[in-house]
Amino acid sequence: MSAGKPKPHRRKLALGQRVLLAVPFLWLLLFFAAPFLFVAKISLSQAVAQRPPYEPVFAWSESWNVFVEKLGQLSLSAYGLLFEDDLYLASYLGSLKLAALATLIGLCVAYPIALAMARAPRSWRPALIVLAIAPFWTSFLIRVYAWIVILKDEGLLNHLLLSLRLIDQPLQIYATDWAVLIGIVYSYMPFLILPIYNAIDRQEPQLVEAGRDLGATGLSAFWRITFPLSLPGVFAGALLMFIPAVGEFVVPDLLGGSDTLMIGRTLWNEFFANRDWPTASAVAVVMLLVLLVPLLLYERNEMRISETRR
Amino acid sequence: MTGAMTRSWRKRDVAILLIGFAFLYVPIALVIIYSFNASKLVTVWGGWSTRWYGSLLDNTQVLDAAWLSLKVAFLSGVLSTILGTMAALVMSRYGRFRGRLVFSSLIYAPLVMPEVIMGLSLLLLFVALDMDRGFWTLLIAHTTFGLCFVTIVVNAKLAGFDRSLEEAARDLGASPIGAFFQVTLPIIAPSVIAGFLLAFTISLDDFVIASFTTGPGATTLPMRIYSQVRLGVTPEINAISTLMIGTVLALVLFGFALSRAFRGGGRAVGRA
Repeated sequence: MSAGKPKPHRRKLALGQRVLLAVPFLWLLLFFAAPFLFVAKISLSQAVAQRPPYEPVFAWSESWNVFVEKLGQLSLSAYGLLFEDDLYLASYLGSLKLAALATLIGLCVAYPIALAMARAPRSWRPALIVLAIAPFWTSFLIRVYAWIVILKDEGLLNHLLLSLRLIDQPLQIYATDWAVLIGIVYSYMPFLILPIYNAIDRQEPQLVEAGRDLGATGLSAFWRITFPLSLPGVFAGALLMFIPAVGEFVVPDLLGGSDTLMIGRTLWNEFFANRDWPTASAVAVVMLLVLLVPLLLYERNEMRISETRR
Repeated sequence: MTGAMTRSWRKRDVAILLIGFAFLYVPIALVIIYSFNASKLVTVWGGWSTRWYGSLLDNTQVLDAAWLSLKVAFLSGVLSTILGTMAALVMSRYGRFRGRLVFSSLIYAPLVMPEVIMGLSLLLLFVALDMDRGFWTLLIAHTTFGLCFVTIVVNAKLAGFDRSLEEAARDLGASPIGAFFQVTLPIIAPSVIAGFLLAFTISLDDFVIASFTTGPGATTLPMRIYSQVRLGVTPEINAISTLMIGTVLALVLFGFALSRAFRGGGRAVGRA
C-alpha cells in the first residue's frame, strides 16, 4: 500500500498480521466449525452396537468413485426416527416453549432491575454492575442446585410457607416445568440485565427531559422515549438467553420432572443412555436448523454493536 | 443532568433493586449457610458446624476431581487468553479484510451455541481423529469456548484504545511486537486479566461439554458434583459449593487488585 492513495476497501495483510489472524482462526475452524461436519456425517450413519457405536458410511481416505458410490448408501434412518417418534417433536416444541416463556418472564424481571440501575446515582453504578454480574461468576450447576434445596417438597420454600400457615399442603414445584422456568430465568438473569442496562445507560438524559418539557408525563416519556430506545438491548439480551436456553440440559435434568421434555436432555439421553450416536447427531443437526434464524439475528446484532463502537 | 437522574431515583427504584438482588443472591446465600448446618436435613437447623468440610477433605474422589478441574481451568485460561487477545487484535485493528465476516461469526457463535451441540461435535471430532479422551481433549474443548469470551472482553477495551501511543513507540524504533508488549499490553492488561478470569471460571464451571469430551479416569469437579446432586441433596455438596464460590470470589478480588495495579501503570504510560 503506497501512502497517499485512498485505502482500498479490503486491505491486504502483512505477513505478521496474517500469522496473528491465522492462529485463532485455524483453532476455531478446526475445533468449532469442522466438528459440525462430523455431526452431519454421523447423523447419516447406521447405529450399531460396537465402539464407537455407529457404522461409518465413508472414510476420508477412500477414492472419489467409492465416495460417490457410498453416497447412495447414506442412511436417513436417524432422521426417519425423528419424525416417527413423537418424543422428538414434543422435545423440540417443549424446548422452544419453555425457552420462549423463560425469556419473556426474564425480560419482565430484568427490565425493572436494569432501569433502576441506570437511574441510580452515578457513583453507585459500578458497584451495581458488579452485583448484577457476580452470580455469573458462581457455578451454574450450584445455582441450579440451590433451587432444588429451595423448591423440593420438603425444601425451604415449603417449610417456610407451611410454618407461616399460608399453605397446608406442600407446593409441588420441584420436578415440574415451573421449576425449570424458575431455574432458567434465574441462571440467565445476568445475560439479560447487562445489555438492557447498557442500552438505557447510553441514552442522552436530555431526551427524556425534552419530552417532559413538552408535557409528557413520566410514564409516557418512558414508553415513548426510554423504552423504544432500549429495544436493541432487550433484543440482544433475549437472544443471548433464548438460544442457549433451547438446548439447555442441566436445568431440565435437575429441576424438571420425567415428563419435562427438552431437546438438550433428549440429545443427552440418546447419547449417554441409549448410546445411539447417529440419532443424537440427527437431533443436533435439526436443533441447529431450528436455531439458525435466531443465531444469524444474534450474530448480525453483535456485529452491528461492535461496528458502531469502533 | 446527573441531578435530574438522581432526583428521579426514587424509593421505588431502591425497592426494585433490593428485591432483584435478593432474588439473585438468596439462593446462593442459602447454600453457603446450610453448608455450616450440623444437621443432615435441609429443613432442620442443627447448629453451626464445619463437619461437612472435614468429610470433604477425606473424600479423595472429590479432591482429585477438583485438582484436575483447576489444572484444566488454569491451562485453558492461559491458552484462551493468548489466542483470544490475538483474535481481539485482529477484530479491532484489521478493519475489513477478506474473511472478516467468517472470523467474527466464529468468535460470536460459541458464546450462544447450546452446550450439548458443542460437546457432541467436539467428541465426534476427537473420535474421528482417534484422540484419547481425557486431559488434553478437555483442554482443547475449554480453550475453544474460553478464547471467544476473552476476545469479546479484550476487544471492548481495544475499541477505546488510543493508537497514537503505539505509533509513537514505533516512531521511536520499537518493533511491532516490542510496541505491543511495552505499550499496548500494559494498557489493556486489566481486560486481559478479566478475560483470563472469565475463561478460568467458565472452564472450572463447565459440566456439559466436559462430560462429552473427557474420558475414563478424568472426571472433573462439576461432573462429581452433578453425580452427587443426582443422588440427592447432601450437606457435603453445600460445602463443595461454598468452597468453589469462595475460590472464585478470591480469584476475582485478586484479579481486581491486579488490574488496579496495572491500571495505575497504564496511566503512567499514558502520561509519559
